[in-house]
Amino acid sequence: MSYCREEGKDRIIFVTKEDHETPSNAELVADDPNDPYEEQGLILPNGDINWNCPCLGGMASGPCGSQFKEAFSCFHYSKEEVKGSECIDHFRNMQECMQRYPELYPQEEDKDESAAPSDSAALTSESDSTAVTSAVSSDSTSPTDGQTAS
Amino acid sequence: MLKCRTVWKKLAPLARTSSTLCRQNVRKAGLNNGRIPTHVPTAHMSSGLPGGGGDNLKYALLVGAASIGGVAYAYHTMKGDQQRYQARITELSSRSQKAAAKESLPSHAPYLLLGGGTASFAAARSIRARDPGAKVLIVTDEPDLPYMRPPLSKELWFSDDPSVTETLRFKQWNGKERSIYFQPPSFYINPEELDSVENGGVAVLTGKKVVHMDVRGNKVKLDDDTEISYDKCLIATGGVPRNLQVIERAGEEVMKRTTLFRKIEDFRSLDKVSRNVKSITIIGGGFLGSELACALGRRSTESDLEVIQMFPEKGNMGKVLPEYLSNWTTEKVKKEGVKVLSEALVKSVTYKDDKLEIHLKDGRLVKTDHIVTAVGLEPNVDLAKSGGLEVDSDFGGYRVNAELQARSNIWVAGDAACFYDIRLGRRRVEHHDHAVVSGRLAGENMTGANKPYWHQSMFWSDLGPDVGYEAIGIVDSSLPTVGVFAKATAKDTPKAATEESGTGIRSESETEDTATSAVASVTPAPVVENKDDYGKGVIFYLRDKVVVGIILWNVFNRMPVARKIIKDGEEHADLNEVAKLFNIHED
Repeated sequence: MSYCREEGKDRIIFVTKEDHETPSNAELVADDPNDPYEEQGLILPNGDINWNCPCLGGMASGPCGSQFKEAFSCFHYSKEEVKGSECIDHFRNMQECMQRYPELYPQEEDKDESAAPSDSAALTSESDSTAVTSAVSSDSTSPTDGQTAS
Repeated sequence: MLKCRTVWKKLAPLARTSSTLCRQNVRKAGLNNGRIPTHVPTAHMSSGLPGGGGDNLKYALLVGAASIGGVAYAYHTMKGDQQRYQARITELSSRSQKAAAKESLPSHAPYLLLGGGTASFAAARSIRARDPGAKVLIVTDEPDLPYMRPPLSKELWFSDDPSVTETLRFKQWNGKERSIYFQPPSFYINPEELDSVENGGVAVLTGKKVVHMDVRGNKVKLDDDTEISYDKCLIATGGVPRNLQVIERAGEEVMKRTTLFRKIEDFRSLDKVSRNVKSITIIGGGFLGSELACALGRRSTESDLEVIQMFPEKGNMGKVLPEYLSNWTTEKVKKEGVKVLSEALVKSVTYKDDKLEIHLKDGRLVKTDHIVTAVGLEPNVDLAKSGGLEVDSDFGGYRVNAELQARSNIWVAGDAACFYDIRLGRRRVEHHDHAVVSGRLAGENMTGANKPYWHQSMFWSDLGPDVGYEAIGIVDSSLPTVGVFAKATAKDTPKAATEESGTGIRSESETEDTATSAVASVTPAPVVENKDDYGKGVIFYLRDKVVVGIILWNVFNRMPVARKIIKDGEEHADLNEVAKLFNIHED
């Protein structure tokens, strides 16, 4: 059984696990998926790529940003049977550019090249507050990921 | 200039040795007649062969000596002249180079970001993502490239690496190490290359302060009189730490021993101080003060450093947490090795017998070696006057609208922005995530997005190993609150833990078991803990019955739920039901 206490204007409730087992009857407002104000995931409602998605980290904004955008756009709009098969040149340009900046793009080449297929994973990360709250997700402390360092 | 001087200095001994060599050569040559440079007029004198006879010989010798001397002198002068000539030429060319270098600093930047902190970097990234080939120039008065501030009062202090003050690297919650700098230097391009580089980029101009803003002319002036014009400008100049008036008036000896903590250099100097003094006092009981107190308190367990924290409120985070929680937190801070003096108002500070003496208004006296003031931030509004920008009198900072715009081509983000939050009203927020969110939004709007501040930023703090919380919205202790905490069951007591592990005293636990079951059968009410343990829970802050702020107390990964509740802005009849959404009993 929970118990409750008041300390001036502050109310304190202690609840056991059993108290919270029944589902909540709190009403939440339904979300509008097309709300223009909301933070968008990797793919915008109109099908375009959201280059500003935190999930991309600095990929679209760094020195190799334009090469990355070309390669990824080509892949995204590709209608070939093997998706992105016509984009080899773009990806090669991107890789060449990235090799010039080993500090920024550590040579985990499979990570960079598979940025395209992994966008489905990136889509789901929108619901994760880490992707959404930090614009610099890959290079910032993401406090909501879990226990903060203490 | 210096370069040619060093060149000259290098040449000088060379010149000396070469001239002695030459003199020796000339001496030899003088007798041989052939190797003297023909433009030396006195050489001709020595070309004549001395005549015969003793007198003649003496005369010849005299003439010879004189001519050799003359030649040597002439040669030396010529050499000197040549060197001076060279030096002159080098100087002139370097001067023109310098002028060229000054000119090659961009006189125009399509996107000009004032301030090199978190908000500015987030905006730069946003602009580059949305405007292909964008040329972004960041101007900062700090010597460092953009970096994040939170680790300066948290993670960096817990690092095992003795060179952490140099590397500025820390371990994240997930075990991975990273630098506080957002990006390494190779990410940025040189300001001189900004105009010419093909796909644009982000350039950072360090050590320059913007002193004047000409909004009509769309340009700013730096402290070295350079002018840079812009198409779109972001002001993200943050602020400077506030100081106590009593310390400012206390004289140089006190000021020398006081740290106003905000930047990398403050971290470095405080780290050094903490290893060399016996006692440090932190004035201020908010986020920064409490975090630094805990960090230094932990260090005090290894050394014999005394760490004192004093503030006017009743407990740590007194302006943020409701009183019961603030008191609980204060006890935790004390456990971290900090001597906490609450309800302490500083009357005066003096320097006496190589110690700082802090006199409190209630008569208490604290003797210490060093003071750290963490009493708030003064937002930087230096450009308000010249730029004709409005300053907010309630919250400080530049007043901007919901889209973070101050005037036509000027946006403000981060600590310096007093903005209109559609849901929560006008406010100014001094947290890292807000700098990221607002910087990103400003960057979006500078590239034509026209979006208002909508995605609510959050903040977090850790105070030792027992207390970690995340918060969102307006978290002001003067608001009525409702806190829902997970009740510690008998299972969570230390006794149960020993029972589980089998290391406890079996007999005692058995008798304990029978005792509680007997009690349970008699009274339906649960055994009330006489010491409330606020281990995990959710605290709602209400304004006119609507939740405007939420703290997740030792409960993580639930921020999206909290954000949703604030966004909805609904009146909830039973907040316990809302608390259910957080599953506080799970991990």
